[in-house]
Amino acid sequence: MKLDSKIPEGPLAEKWTKHKFNLKLVNPSNKRKYDVIVVGTGLAGASAAASLAELGYNVKAFCFQDSPRRAHSIAAQGGINAAKNYQNDGDSVYRLFYDTIKGGDYRAREGNVHRLAEVSVNIIDQCVAQGVPFAREYGGLLANRSFGGAQVSRTFYARGQTGQQLLLGAYSALNRQISNGKVKMYTRTEMLDVVLVDGQAKGIVVRDLVTGKIEAHSAHAVLLCTGGYGNVFYLSTNAKGSNVTAAWRAHKKGALFGNPCYTQIHPTCIPVSGDHQSKLTLMSESLRNDGRVWVPKVAKPGLKAKDAASIPEADRDYFLERKYPSFGNLVPRDVASRNAKYMCDEGRGVGPTGLAVFLDFADAIKRDGRKTIEAKYGNLFDMYKQITGDNPYEVPMMIYPAVHYTMGGLWVDYNLMTSVPGLYALGEANFSDHGANRLGASALMQGLADGYFVIPYTIGDYLAGTSSAKISTDRPEFKEAIDKATSTINKLLSIKGKKTVDHLHRDLGHIMWEYCGMSRNAEGLKIAKGKIQALKAEFWENVNVLGGSNELNQELEKALRVADFIELGELMVDDALNRGESCGGHFREESQTPDGEAQRKDDEFAYVSAWEYKGEGQPEVLHKEELKFENVKLTQRSYK
Amino acid sequence: MKITLKIWRQKNNATKGSFKTYQLDHVSPDMSFLEMLDVLNGDLISKGEESVAFDHDCREGICGACSLYINGRPHGPQQTTTCQLHMRSFQDGDSIVIEPWRAKAFPVIRDLVVDRAAFDRIQQSGGYVSVNTGGVPDGNEIPIPKKVADEAMDAAACIGCGACVAACKNASAMLFVSAKVSQLALLPQGKPERKERVERMVAQMDSEGFGACTNTGACEAECPKGISLTNIARMNREYFAASLSSYEIVSKGGGD
Repeated sequence: MKLDSKIPEGPLAEKWTKHKFNLKLVNPSNKRKYDVIVVGTGLAGASAAASLAELGYNVKAFCFQDSPRRAHSIAAQGGINAAKNYQNDGDSVYRLFYDTIKGGDYRAREGNVHRLAEVSVNIIDQCVAQGVPFAREYGGLLANRSFGGAQVSRTFYARGQTGQQLLLGAYSALNRQISNGKVKMYTRTEMLDVVLVDGQAKGIVVRDLVTGKIEAHSAHAVLLCTGGYGNVFYLSTNAKGSNVTAAWRAHKKGALFGNPCYTQIHPTCIPVSGDHQSKLTLMSESLRNDGRVWVPKVAKPGLKAKDAASIPEADRDYFLERKYPSFGNLVPRDVASRNAKYMCDEGRGVGPTGLAVFLDFADAIKRDGRKTIEAKYGNLFDMYKQITGDNPYEVPMMIYPAVHYTMGGLWVDYNLMTSVPGLYALGEANFSDHGANRLGASALMQGLADGYFVIPYTIGDYLAGTSSAKISTDRPEFKEAIDKATSTINKLLSIKGKKTVDHLHRDLGHIMWEYCGMSRNAEGLKIAKGKIQALKAEFWENVNVLGGSNELNQELEKALRVADFIELGELMVDDALNRGESCGGHFREESQTPDGEAQRKDDEFAYVSAWEYKGEGQPEVLHKEELKFENVKLTQRSYK
Repeated sequence: MKITLKIWRQKNNATKGSFKTYQLDHVSPDMSFLEMLDVLNGDLISKGEESVAFDHDCREGICGACSLYINGRPHGPQQTTTCQLHMRSFQDGDSIVIEPWRAKAFPVIRDLVVDRAAFDRIQQSGGYVSVNTGGVPDGNEIPIPKKVADEAMDAAACIGCGACVAACKNASAMLFVSAKVSQLALLPQGKPERKERVERMVAQMDSEGFGACTNTGACEAECPKGISLTNIARMNREYFAASLSSYEIVSKGGGD
């Protein structure tokens, strides 16, 4: 298989413009003859479904939630980047491009990232026109803030609920098209397989989560906008329902999976409080602007937040300030996360589990006064108190890193098409724009860029060359996929083993976190592979899924998702093992500088790993897409 | 902590439901309410009993999926979503009664899961600004006074959970509908369609079987996002103004 990224030739800043002109168009009166399936209704899915329906295509949209408005994009807090340069502080499309490429540790395509930066400005305009209530200055113009260590203020926001407001904007555009009859919306409906006819994606198989009915839907193109796979770790900041099933089933039907090992671990999350923990909550990283991260110099097992004040200043180790004097507490996410882990590995972690470090605001409150701190972080402090019962105005917060975002995903070309013709992946579900590490406030940007401003152009190029004849779901390919989904479900229900789905999912999470988390090494990854294979065998022999298939059965829903997470976990481990360098969110202990920092190896690993599924029990085959850098010079990050 | 749970169990919409009582002996005060239910479900499955179905997703208080009528109050004793409620809000030995949202327009699907699609249909009837993708003006060409933007944001913070309906003795959806009407009536982008919007959304709300508003304020008191009754007053004004200028109600929208 030859990987063709289809990046247009020519100067970086002209690639997208030229490409748009070269793409084939579908005549307006012909658009209504084409059906498009959109799976997922987050920022990427809702914006794509609405935009394609506006163009005249017939869209069927699917989500597993009870309403498209609940997709997990809704939980994004901080903001969305755009190269508007409204602040006159030196921002530009090129600077946003450069920051994103550099932030991704030079493991993303220049062409894709530049396009992302170009359309970022259109996204803000679009959202404003929809009535998204972005923060405003007193003069009535849009407000910006600096985010995630960026040198310019290019982040637009709606309080701490930017994701919610952007999603509700896209949801309103989607609603308008549902009302116009151009989008048919299927809620509480989960995709179980993609259907290929003559090697092209022509439909999907879904399960109605209320009646349990398995149904096929056909279309001329299928868009997967199904988000990331952070829940492979069981505990993450993702929603409980977030899953990899759609992407994984597409992978098993021939779509290559790009860079599965790239996961982002966020340093400031509320620590695990016990075995009952079901998810982790992110505290905005803006807290590190004023909070000081520390642990005791000498291990104090079980140290509580309320006793932190008893540790004298001289006995505290402000480890980020000590190790990175120029960036201090504001080092990037991966560096902050890794160092918190090291402290806990040394036994100097705090709290009942020893898996936490302090984030202390005492100095900031003394310096600026409680009022100022309250104005900046009041809602975050309240949220922390609600969850932990501790009052961060009086005692330090306890934080620990948690899985937050997955940069890997289905491999796509410049047109967002996977290696299966007619099958596209948008938003977090694809691998494309963030390289090995995503910058803050860039996830929302990419989801909406793909949906509003990329796919409406690129899909026409494919459909223009495809027959508009209706595809019957009576074809054997659909029947076969329905039978397969049905037999998988019957199998799961017939095992009647001893362990709950959650129990096995938690076991998977422990393996992934231990061996394929913040820090990875070859020996551990090999152990993980064996453990995951054993877990897979146990799952299919010993899982206990009660209830029937023809009813709302939440245990069955979870079981289907966990079965796919287990298989994905093994591929993540393979990918992490293959990538013998440290880059972005992927830290290989064998690849460090003499002073213990991440060491990239550009001569060996400046490529995208794209994995091909070869069948049950067969090793996946690695394809490499070499990354070419014609505009930026590769440098090693340093925060000392 | 030891907790006694009385939970509404109902196989599906066609079957009669009833309360069942369960005991939990090892509840940690640090558990969230939903984690406590996870523990219950784990116990039930181990005993060969089917788990209790309930809606939830983000568990961060923003997606609006979780519901639950807890001891006679939507989302329980605190003004948060159920997922943000923690067991430290209860005492050792407490009995907790858990019911689904109760409203004609929210039929029970199973156990504690209800169908809130009526909310989506109301939004589809007019909760948008009719702009296509592309061809819109620069964001800063529409200046909006900070105060107006902030007020629109207050209304837009609604998460669509349905607590307002569940709290209301008439099962009225006025707070939910007025939040969207207010957001778009306040902003200049929403002005061109404000009359049709309010008429259509109110018509759809009525056709879904939500009750009338009698201004008791229970909705505002129980709203986990603090959506204000002012929005209802604003929607009433919008509706009155729209009806005075005799716009024809086009009953479009809705997926029913």
